[in-house]
Amino acid sequence: MTNLILTPNLPRADDTYADLLAAHEGLSKAESDALNARLILVLMNHIGDQAIIREALKAARLERESA
Amino acid sequence: MNKIFEIPLYPYARHPDQDAATPVRRKVVIVGAGPVGLAAAIDLAQQGIEAVIVDENDRVSFGSRAICFAKRTLEIADRLGCGTPLVEKGVQWNLGKVFFDERKVYDFNLLPEGGHRRPAFINLQQYYFEEYLVNRLRALESEGAPVSIRGGSKVTSIENRGDHVSLVVKTPEGPYTLEADWLIACDGAASPTRQILGLDFVGRVFEDNFLIADVIMDAEFPTERWFWFDPPFNKGQSALLHKQPDGVWRIDLQLGWNIDKEKEKKPENVIPRLKAMLGEEVNFELEWVSIYTFQCRRMEHFRHGRVLFAGDSAHQVSPFGARGANSGLQDTDNLIWKLKLVIDGEAKDNLLDTYDVERVYGADENILNSSRSTDFITPKSEQSRIFRDAVLDLSEHFAFARPLVNSGRLSMPCTYDASPLNTSDTLTEAPARARPGSPCPDAPIGSGFLLDQLGKGFTLLALNAEAPASVSIGGIEARTLSIATTKELAERYLGAATSAVYLIRPDQHVAARWAQFDETAVKSALARACGKDL
Ligand SMILES: Cc1cc2nc3c(=O)[nH]c(=O)nc-3n(C[C@H](O)[C@H](O)[C@H](O)COP(=O)(O)OP(=O)(O)OC[C@H]3O[C@@H](n4cnc5c(N)ncnc54)[C@H](O)[C@@H]3O)c2cc1C
Repeated sequence: MTNLILTPNLPRADDTYADLLAAHEGLSKAESDALNARLILVLMNHIGDQAIIREALKAARLERESA
Repeated sequence: MNKIFEIPLYPYARHPDQDAATPVRRKVVIVGAGPVGLAAAIDLAQQGIEAVIVDENDRVSFGSRAICFAKRTLEIADRLGCGTPLVEKGVQWNLGKVFFDERKVYDFNLLPEGGHRRPAFINLQQYYFEEYLVNRLRALESEGAPVSIRGGSKVTSIENRGDHVSLVVKTPEGPYTLEADWLIACDGAASPTRQILGLDFVGRVFEDNFLIADVIMDAEFPTERWFWFDPPFNKGQSALLHKQPDGVWRIDLQLGWNIDKEKEKKPENVIPRLKAMLGEEVNFELEWVSIYTFQCRRMEHFRHGRVLFAGDSAHQVSPFGARGANSGLQDTDNLIWKLKLVIDGEAKDNLLDTYDVERVYGADENILNSSRSTDFITPKSEQSRIFRDAVLDLSEHFAFARPLVNSGRLSMPCTYDASPLNTSDTLTEAPARARPGSPCPDAPIGSGFLLDQLGKGFTLLALNAEAPASVSIGGIEARTLSIATTKELAERYLGAATSAVYLIRPDQHVAARWAQFDETAVKSALARACGKDL
């Protein structure tokens, strides 16, 4: 089973981060919230693995992996 | 012409029990002649066990109630001898459309798996469903089966006396006392039996109201299920349009929580709402209009000594996913064979505790499914609404989001994975869908279907395997069904295995499976399935 990657994994991190910000530019709060929700759903489907998504939810809650 | 729901089908008639000097003892008394009580009585009658139904009313159900009956229910009805009239009258559909705001976001075709006798579900008014069950009960009665139905008979008191139950039945000619070895309470969500015995019924109320209307119209709408999220004619809410037989259409309009129910129910308020939805030019007539608030709840236990609860009296779900009557029929399907073994002295009475275990598990699964649908239709927080709308927006463009749209999931029978009656799986290379605990998938065999070949009792299904004609322990027999393996049988029962022997319970759930017949193993699994290991 693969694990959720929590070490640096983006080849061009600054560019990708800038893409994320650019996608939100000029959007209202409601439009941004909607975009984020769609993005999460798209990525979740791409991952397609319940165990990894559960790990990701934990990480998003800033819960540390107990070794 | 009178409609079927206006005709007294079992009017009150004086019964000799009312004039008996001492209370008469009946084998099984069933309180309630709804879909569940009727199914229980037919099942008992077919097994030769005396069953008396008492119902305060004398006719089939009134108002907008169940319309969607799932395949498993039709298969159970086949076993009860009344599947065909249901399917012949019912409307079958596979196509659906989902709308969001002003646009159609996608349509779907359910494309049911082939090789089953019955469709995935039918739409049929509950009053027809009940009528056909009453007809079947009457046919059995006239053949001499020990079954009867007493209308105008309201149960007003019940005492659980350890080795029997005593009840008071109120009739237009006064009350009388009746006794029963066993009592099955099928008296609906408000169950007087439950209340008289002071039993709990806990769960969750959904803070929402739905206007449910059945309208008669000759409109050009196709035979499809249409579901709207946040439509222009019902802003911020949902709507559903569904076809029933006789040109009757079911319309559900979500109204929200803070409304004046009496005002909303008035035709002068209902008709403009329906016109906004159907179009100004459409002519329709209202058959029923009601406003419902839905709940999801269940009793902690469905067995209380000699009183057994089944159907809405034991559990209640919101109608999204059509799990009320459908799950109630699975209750009696599960209960009656066990009750027969106990009545016949073939099994100890703790076999009935497994009714509680298995059907509480089923109820929890139904409550979970129906709560999730309700939460999707009525998001409970701002964030859940944001995700809900995101799913709907994505579903218009991308197939991946469509399975997330939840306007009600098809009612599927549950698999009793953890049942104490199962023998652990020794044939894991065979398909998981036929593992111990699952309802048998149907399959065509010869000119008929597998499920019709399963007997009233236990069956040993032998595929590419030798087995004796029957196996017995005590008075319990499993009859062997040896059939040539067809493509569908191989797909559904063999998978990667080359041969299989399945032990199938009277309710058509798998109890055990092996690669080959082994007498000791089969006997011990049969004993276990009858509760000998409890
Ligand atoms: C709007 C709506 C839509 C629904 N849609 C679906 C659907 O599509 N599919 C589905 O499967 N389910 C659906 N349901 C649920 C379904 O209607 C119920 O689950 C079903 O009727 C339960 O059957 P029952 O026999 O347990 O109880 P009931 O049908 O409620 O029958 C109880 C019986 O007990 C009798 N009774 C009550 N008290 C006494 C007494 N003291 N003495 C004697 N008799 C008594 C009553 O007269 C009645 O006949 C829907 C429900 C609603 C409201």
